[in-house]
Amino acid sequence: MTAIVTAEGLRKSFARRGAPPTPVLDGLDLEVDEGTVLALLGPNGAGKTTTVRILSTLLRPDAGRATVAGLDVVADARRVRELISLTGQQVAVDDKLTGAENLAMMGHLAHLPRRAIRDRVEELLAAFDLTAAAGRRVGTWSGGMRRRLDLAAGLLTRPRVMYLDEPTTGLDPRSRQALWDVVRDVVAGGTSVLLTTQYLEEADRLAQRVALVDGGRVVAEGAPARLKREVGEAGVELDLASAADAARVARALGPVSVDGTRVRVPTDGSVAHVRSVLTTVEDTGVVPEHWAVRAPTLDDVFLALTGESGAAERPARAEVAA
Amino acid sequence: MTAVLRDVTTLSVRGLRLVRRDLDAMITAVVLPVVILLLFVLVFGGALDTGTGYITYVTPGVILLAAGFGAANTALAVERDMSGGMVERLRSMPVAAWTVLTGHVVASLVKNLVSTAIVFGVSILMGFRPEATALEWLAAVGVILLFVGWITWLAALVGVLVRSPDAAGGFTFGVMFLPYVSSAFVPVETLPTWLRGFAEHQPVTPVIETVRALLAGGTVPGDVVALALAWCLGLGVASAVAAGLAFRACR
Repeated sequence: MTAIVTAEGLRKSFARRGAPPTPVLDGLDLEVDEGTVLALLGPNGAGKTTTVRILSTLLRPDAGRATVAGLDVVADARRVRELISLTGQQVAVDDKLTGAENLAMMGHLAHLPRRAIRDRVEELLAAFDLTAAAGRRVGTWSGGMRRRLDLAAGLLTRPRVMYLDEPTTGLDPRSRQALWDVVRDVVAGGTSVLLTTQYLEEADRLAQRVALVDGGRVVAEGAPARLKREVGEAGVELDLASAADAARVARALGPVSVDGTRVRVPTDGSVAHVRSVLTTVEDTGVVPEHWAVRAPTLDDVFLALTGESGAAERPARAEVAA
Repeated sequence: MTAVLRDVTTLSVRGLRLVRRDLDAMITAVVLPVVILLLFVLVFGGALDTGTGYITYVTPGVILLAAGFGAANTALAVERDMSGGMVERLRSMPVAAWTVLTGHVVASLVKNLVSTAIVFGVSILMGFRPEATALEWLAAVGVILLFVGWITWLAALVGVLVRSPDAAGGFTFGVMFLPYVSSAFVPVETLPTWLRGFAEHQPVTPVIETVRALLAGGTVPGDVVALALAWCLGLGVASAVAAGLAFRACR
């Protein structure tokens, strides 16, 4: 597969008044394969937005190089702009214009042939389920609808690459779901997507590859499933009524980890193994308040790999050895 | 070049729509100038002796004052574009992004043209009898628009530079004072000496004198016209260039 977006060793510092420049990007590398979604996942201040701003020609890197379809984002900025669309963290539509007016305006600014604009606008309004509201001012729309319009505004030209900077921040679950569907459709239409998010679920659901960003560099990269495997195996988690109960269950089960009233038993997730664990627990006579089989989530990956700040937030775990 | 023209047209249409649908801007453009006119003529006018009928004296001043109020709306609109996502989006497109400023300026010129027509209309109803020929009318409106153009580019510059809507709004305060300390509402000779120096050497006074003379249909002193044009064009070009540069630097 060929890479449509590449970044090599991107560095960027921002000057602060009365302080030395703060490095935001510290040698960031990434590649977006053509026709796929890459999610940049990281905490606030990791450098996600700065990366997107460089890749969309809004910002020059201090060092390093980035290309879109082989074109340098600094030297060939104008041509790059014809290939990309950016949907930033803030919704960039005019509240006082109607949905249709907003899209038509973007069509003119994208220099589409005048006659083509009307059809394209109607097509996009229909695709984003906004036809009914198209004649109303956007100021009266819901947050989810405004976000969808914002995305549609970026798609008038059928861009090769679409950048989405935290597109679902502040949306309710239903709107988030609708937006994910839209992104999938966009990708099915041949557009490559670079998405930043703080939501692990979002990266997991949408992206073929995830790049974990922390401190201005990519600390882990790969398919969501592979990243999760790296962090560890699944476990049966049992919540007991008291620490004494937890100790009793732990003694019966053998090598397990105990954290207060919670007992975690590593498992391969097979029916046979889970059943044997539960039988052992039942034989102790202790009734757990709650139990579940829990596979590692991207949250675990996130906490395991994003350095000190992540580690500090992890609950301490006491190891009980048999 | 044709692409730039198309961008300017698109964004001017946008600017006009935003103004027309902004209740605040419309009140500032349509209601406020009339209220000010009535206030000056009916409340202050009786006590002021300017040699001619006060309505004849004060009408050009009210128009310039209204332009100052209206400019605050432009500063706000530009600030909104800068801090909202619009400018970011335009910059990631093959668009000359500074044309978004031009769009707001064109909208402001059209808006002030409407305000000007309304003020003249009400003023004529109240007894203002300009003796200008059609050509002098055109010239007067042209000078007014030059003034509006300068103030609006200055407002656009303020909109680019400030970091909050409040700061953009504060701009009104500054430009509001210029017409007060000029010959717009009272003859400069009636001001205390230390203020007179300022009033005689600021842009509003020659602009007012030019418009007043054109409308009265008398001869217009050439040096006053030259001064008015020099102020408006000089400050206008300087403000536009500064706004453009500040816009490019904000990245």
